[in-house]
Amino acid sequence: MDMSKMEAPANQVSEGKMIDRYVYLENVNMRFVTKKGVFEALKDVNLNIQQGEFVSIIGHSGCGKSTVLNLIAGLLEPTSGHLFCAGREIAKPGPERAVVFQNHSLLPWLTCFENVYLAVERVFGSETKVNLELRTYAALELVGLTHASDKRPNEISGGMKQRVGIARALAMEPKVLLLDEPFGALDALTRATLQDELMKIMAKSGATAVMVTHDVDEAVLLSDRIVMMTNGPSATIGDILEVNLAKPRNRLELAENKQYNHLRAEVLKFLYERHAKKAA
Amino acid sequence: MSAILNVVNLKNESVAEGKSNMVPSENTAKVIEIATKVKKDASTRLQVEGIKEPSKFTANAIAFFQWLLPPMFGLLMLLAVWALIAAQAQGLPGPIKTFQSAVELFSHPFYVNGPNDQGIGWNIVASLKRVGLGFSLAALVGIPLGFMIGRFEFLNRMTAPVISLLRPVSPLAWLPIGLLVFKAANPAAIWVIFISAIWPMIINTAVGVSKVPQDYMNVAKVLNLSEWKILTKILFPSVLPYMMTGVRLSIGVAWLVIVAAEMLTGGVGIGFWVWDEWNNLNVEHIIIAIFVVGIVGLLLEQGLIAIAKRFSYE
Repeated sequence: MDMSKMEAPANQVSEGKMIDRYVYLENVNMRFVTKKGVFEALKDVNLNIQQGEFVSIIGHSGCGKSTVLNLIAGLLEPTSGHLFCAGREIAKPGPERAVVFQNHSLLPWLTCFENVYLAVERVFGSETKVNLELRTYAALELVGLTHASDKRPNEISGGMKQRVGIARALAMEPKVLLLDEPFGALDALTRATLQDELMKIMAKSGATAVMVTHDVDEAVLLSDRIVMMTNGPSATIGDILEVNLAKPRNRLELAENKQYNHLRAEVLKFLYERHAKKAA
Repeated sequence: MSAILNVVNLKNESVAEGKSNMVPSENTAKVIEIATKVKKDASTRLQVEGIKEPSKFTANAIAFFQWLLPPMFGLLMLLAVWALIAAQAQGLPGPIKTFQSAVELFSHPFYVNGPNDQGIGWNIVASLKRVGLGFSLAALVGIPLGFMIGRFEFLNRMTAPVISLLRPVSPLAWLPIGLLVFKAANPAAIWVIFISAIWPMIINTAVGVSKVPQDYMNVAKVLNLSEWKILTKILFPSVLPYMMTGVRLSIGVAWLVIVAAEMLTGGVGIGFWVWDEWNNLNVEHIIIAIFVVGIVGLLLEQGLIAIAKRFSYE
């Protein structure tokens, strides 16, 4: 194994091309009004994501990491503070910030093809029908599911559903791909396969991605940076870890890589020493 | 049940026998011994039951008979209880007498002897027309209203007290209002059907809309779908099962109410016919009418279940 290559800088895109503050969170606070009173979920969250970066958000459950994602998606509005994407303030959800939902959220009455087509039609509606269909097939091919295009979600496995969800998001050619614990509901083997596929797809498309996860290995394997959040209420960013491992990454080689194991240990230390979650 | 099990056992054992013949050993010899014994036992039992050669056809026939047995038994019980009561009570005709009367009645279902004396067929058709009209109007108003109530919280809170107040009112209490407003019996009967059939459709549709999973609505938001796409691709398919439940309940209520309404309004219709036969003291015909109302109601419900299944995505 070539160690020097593994420890080369992660971003192979030249510095000039990278756009700083592509996704930018500025003093974001989020309070929810509940029956028990006001609940402060997030406090003073500041985050700067560059174009083409893959950022993971990790933290214990209930730390508001999904809230951060929903804020970027535009599904929630911050109580105070500002969020920007590609130089514009985020006001509402839109297809330029595609979301891969945790539970796939495919419409059960539509086939896989129709589910993806619904998104394609919305984003590229001005193109011809043939073109839209080609885009849909291309997206399904990217996740290796052309053979299941006429099946409905309840006829395919959990892993396949999640792939269709990813295809739907990618077909929109989003500026930012938002992944909300995309593989959380899958078994370990399927999860590993899909992680590998996602790595390849991201390398090909070069899209910016923000992923919420509670899986340490997944975070280290996929990310350029790992955002570690403190426990809620009033959760905020505790630390940000640079993952300076060369791409493409291989999970088998990384298993014996010192740097990988060091990074993994750093995340674990953060989660279980500095911000251990008290047993409920 | 035991007969079927025997048939299955028999098949398994003959397979085991066939295989073991090819590779004989001490163990298989034992198996063969047991198998042949079991086979003999089974075949003698089958012979006792009068079945000589068990085949797929007989197995199917037995399964069909077992499926049919409980409902047939239930219906026979009903007839028995009826015959028993008829034998005690004066003037109540028994099953046989009623059946003879029904054969006579249904041999000429579509005669017309003036406006107040028409065949049972015409009476059923007249009732179905009223139910169809009242029910369709109720669906036309109730389903869109249900969608709007489910979609807009303000409308929901606005209509909630009105619906809660009016829904428990007995359908027939609306009849005088109908007679007053429409000044005719037929529209008044349709009005009663309308007002009693509308509630289940409004309520079930509204519940269905409010139960649309938030995930699907999030998809709609992220994709930035138009209101029309949200309605056709997300709301409507998602609400459909709830809506069909409402429709089914509604048609049941409508058919339930028509008999009572027609008794009061008169004219042609199964309800009026029952009242007319009561005045004629023709009790057989009243009992026949009860069966007719029951069977037509059953067919309406089954028809709607079939439609619901056709449109279901599961």
